[in-house]
Amino acid sequence: MRQSVIHWFRFASPQSFYPLAGRMIPWFWAATAAFGIAGLWISFFVAPTDAQQGEGYRIIFIHVPASWMSMFLYLVMAFWAGLGLALNTRLSGMMAQALAPTGALMAALSLWTGALWGKPMWGAWWVWDARLTSELLLLFLYLGFMALQAAIDDPRRADKAGAILALVGVVNIPIIYFSVKWWNTLHQGSTINLTKAPSMAQTMLWGMLLMALCFWMYSIAVALTRVRAIILERERHTEWVKHALE
Amino acid sequence: MNALLATVRRDLLLALRRKSEVLTAVFFFVIVTSLFPLGIGPEPVLLKKIAPGILWVAALLATLLGLPRLFAADHVDGTLEQMVLSPSPLGLLVAGKILAHWLLCGLPLVLLAPVLGLQFDLDASALVILTLALLLGTPLLSLIGAIGAALTLGVRGGGVLLALLVLPLYIPALIFGAGAVEAHIAGLGAGGHLSLLAAMLALAVFFAPWATTAALRIALE
Repeated sequence: MRQSVIHWFRFASPQSFYPLAGRMIPWFWAATAAFGIAGLWISFFVAPTDAQQGEGYRIIFIHVPASWMSMFLYLVMAFWAGLGLALNTRLSGMMAQALAPTGALMAALSLWTGALWGKPMWGAWWVWDARLTSELLLLFLYLGFMALQAAIDDPRRADKAGAILALVGVVNIPIIYFSVKWWNTLHQGSTINLTKAPSMAQTMLWGMLLMALCFWMYSIAVALTRVRAIILERERHTEWVKHALE
Repeated sequence: MNALLATVRRDLLLALRRKSEVLTAVFFFVIVTSLFPLGIGPEPVLLKKIAPGILWVAALLATLLGLPRLFAADHVDGTLEQMVLSPSPLGLLVAGKILAHWLLCGLPLVLLAPVLGLQFDLDASALVILTLALLLGTPLLSLIGAIGAALTLGVRGGGVLLALLVLPLYIPALIFGAGAVEAHIAGLGAGGHLSLLAAMLALAVFFAPWATTAALRIALE
């Protein structure tokens, strides 16, 4: 029992995690490429043209995975932040910091592709739909987290302050989501319904799932690369970093 | 409880010795709401429709304006460190500071709102709902804002950063606060909105001083 505890916590130290992350990154890139090629092939060549939306619907193969990842990454970020706050591990804060830019990128990508899809389908770049609005607010939460971390010079304090903000954000996300939803239904009848036709072609679903896996693997690969850079930056005064960089 | 009341009394006394700071936020509220008719035009129908939203957004911004003061002065002169060291629980002292902040920044807005609402041609019952919604909503704004104020304590560019952190979290209060008045005007009844505001307030009263305390301890490390 004791042995296994030591084993698990070994990689909580930046020094032992750095080489582990370095070994894992190529595998996640490979998985990204594999899922990405398969997903793109299905979404461009196999999936049939949509009866109502034509070829334009294919943007959902980027849009939906990006939206999923933007929400999921916030939860993962808050998980690491909470872990760092509870166990006082340095690596957890670094993980949270490394995940935030990728999450913000996903939220921005989701909004951007949503606008590109919305213009031909709805005739408007932006509508004040509940989902669009809450995605925008999620982007603001990411930006706030990154701005707070960037404004605090002491990295340990930045981690902890960011952790509290991330946890407050997690509590607020469902409240924000439902308030925006109710706000929207109160203001106007849903002139435009985002929900797709219930019977989605099987191949479309496969394409979307493969693309989601691709985005997932990409997020892990990028976050690990970023956390390695953060480790080097914060541990630059130590002996092992000097050796690692030789 | 005595510690809480003592903190409230102290903060109120300090603020009353420097009245201008409190009055600035109040005048800001009045000026911002008066700017909208000038920018949009004097049509009463349109103004009546957008009045709840304008008053709420102005209240949000006025609260935000007072937030950096919540802990900054005590942080500079070392009072905050003494509070952390004091035998009374820090959460209670922080709750006292937040209560004092609401009495100074939130309550004047609640009292002024009906007068400003008259400028927008809201009728008496809508004014009552507006005041009730602000009475439930402004403490919520102070409580959530205190977390942001504690997180940005002594941080570079704290004021702008505070707005970036806190404003997204204020959105539910804005939606239900302004929504209550609009629902009342539309004849739907404001009960649901006010209940939700009260529920969020109950949640924030419990959690916000706790999160603020944690953030203050980090800031003072």
